[in-house]
Amino acid sequence: MTIATSLEDACCALASHPDALVLAGGTDLMVAVNRGDLPVHHVVAIGRVPELRGWRREGDHVRLGAALTYTDLLQPDLAVLQPALAQAARSVGSPQIRNTGTLGGNVATGSPAGDTIPVLAALDAVLELRSASGTREMRLDEFVTGVKRTALEGGELIEAIRVPVLDGPQEFCKVGTRNAMVISVVSLALVVDRSGRTVRVGLGSVAASPLRATEAEAYIGGHLDWDGGRPPSAEVVDRFTELVVGATSPIDDHRGSARYRRHAVGVLAGRALARAVGAA
Amino acid sequence: MSIDPYALTVNGREHEISEGWPGESLLWVLRERLGLPGSKNACEEGECGSCSVRLDGEIVCSCLVLAASAVGQEITTVEGIAPDGTLSDVQQAFVDAGAVQCGFCTPGLVMAIDVLLDSDTDPDDLTVREAISGNLCRCTGYGRVIEAVNLAAAFRRGETDL
Ligand SMILES: Cc1cc2nc3c(=O)[nH]c(=O)nc-3n(C[C@H](O)[C@H](O)[C@H](O)COP(=O)(O)OP(=O)(O)OC[C@H]3O[C@@H](n4cnc5c(N)ncnc54)[C@H](O)[C@@H]3O)c2cc1C
Ligand code: FES
Ligand code: FES
Repeated sequence: MTIATSLEDACCALASHPDALVLAGGTDLMVAVNRGDLPVHHVVAIGRVPELRGWRREGDHVRLGAALTYTDLLQPDLAVLQPALAQAARSVGSPQIRNTGTLGGNVATGSPAGDTIPVLAALDAVLELRSASGTREMRLDEFVTGVKRTALEGGELIEAIRVPVLDGPQEFCKVGTRNAMVISVVSLALVVDRSGRTVRVGLGSVAASPLRATEAEAYIGGHLDWDGGRPPSAEVVDRFTELVVGATSPIDDHRGSARYRRHAVGVLAGRALARAVGAA
Repeated sequence: MSIDPYALTVNGREHEISEGWPGESLLWVLRERLGLPGSKNACEEGECGSCSVRLDGEIVCSCLVLAASAVGQEITTVEGIAPDGTLSDVQQAFVDAGAVQCGFCTPGLVMAIDVLLDSDTDPDDLTVREAISGNLCRCTGYGRVIEAVNLAAAFRRGETDL
């Protein structure tokens, strides 16, 4: 057991125990340990590493420490810079889970239902990975390679996640069986970048790995009244939601059928767009 | 294979844990090694909140805390919120409001409500529901639980006796 108190500490411990489990908030890991699904030998706890618990603005980006908790993401001075991430954090689990579960843990778990995943996809987030032998950077879609599969190597940590600060409204929506304590059946993040005149849409729980609705993005970007601010017509909204649905490849599972997911993601797309840019 | 002995600070007292195994949760250590069965074990997967404790003041599920990772942190369980043989204001409010049926969820709810009232002695209904959204109760339907919160809140504002 290593309770790391610095980044260097954590990397050294991982270098000498490459098979060690990295423990952040434990909200995914301990469920598996309690079930007996995950043998525990050496553990490197990173939740108390100050470098991983902080965030800072760097020009037109925010650099988020991987061990920021959902409760941290809800702090007003950060939430104002990253509203969709804050909305996603707000929807996670319960106060107990939000106090311990971390951003880095959500990404490292690599679940299609992870609520920060569609937001980070929409923001083109860049992950900073670190091990004792150096650092490397990776886009989110390169990192999450399949359902709960990632490109993380033994002895390596997610150190930070970089996201841009955008000028424009952002929305995160999620469908589940109730409001609290619910894993997404489908989720969607929509962010507007007024200066770049683009709309970016990330989708959750409708494909094996992080997904962007690129055709829908290009279509709506070309049909918004960027100068006048008039809301899009009903026909434009319909075409946009159709293209979002077309981007997905959902499956049937215990949380919902593929058919329901296709329907629900269309509803979320229309709703998020209306909230962000208004409805005619 | 057991791990090196470590010390946990629970309710202000230091306890040495020896011969623990590497994956033990804080909930397990509290109940089975330290004789503190107040925190309940119902799901061991973070869903029910009956194991809720305060870790450095924040409410967490002790079933999801690896015990050996909590060294040096302040752990408060339901046993630690009032002197032995007495009830805290929230506990008394539960009795007065009739918010306890089987009682299995009660320690976790008491801890969650204690945390809420520490930061807000006049929470609105939505805030109360949000604060206890991680605590499942199979018996009461939450009506009396919410009454208990309102009673304890009024007490903390100095408006009523318990
Ligand atoms: C009751 C309950 C409700 C939940 N609700 C939601 C929900 O609504 N939405 C949602 O998205 N998730 C939910 N989850 C899942 C979980 O809370 C999140 O995925 C959380 O973000 C995991 O983070 P953690 O810090 O707890 O990770 P841990 O459990 O500590 O770790 C998870 C995995 O990530 C690895 N890891 C963690 N941090 C790093 C790092 N910095 N670098 C490299 N590897 C790392 C660990 O080794 C492990 O494999 C829920 C879980 C529970 C128990
Ligand atoms: S036993 Fe910990 S949340 Fe249910
Ligand atoms: S009183 Fe029985 S579960 Fe709440």
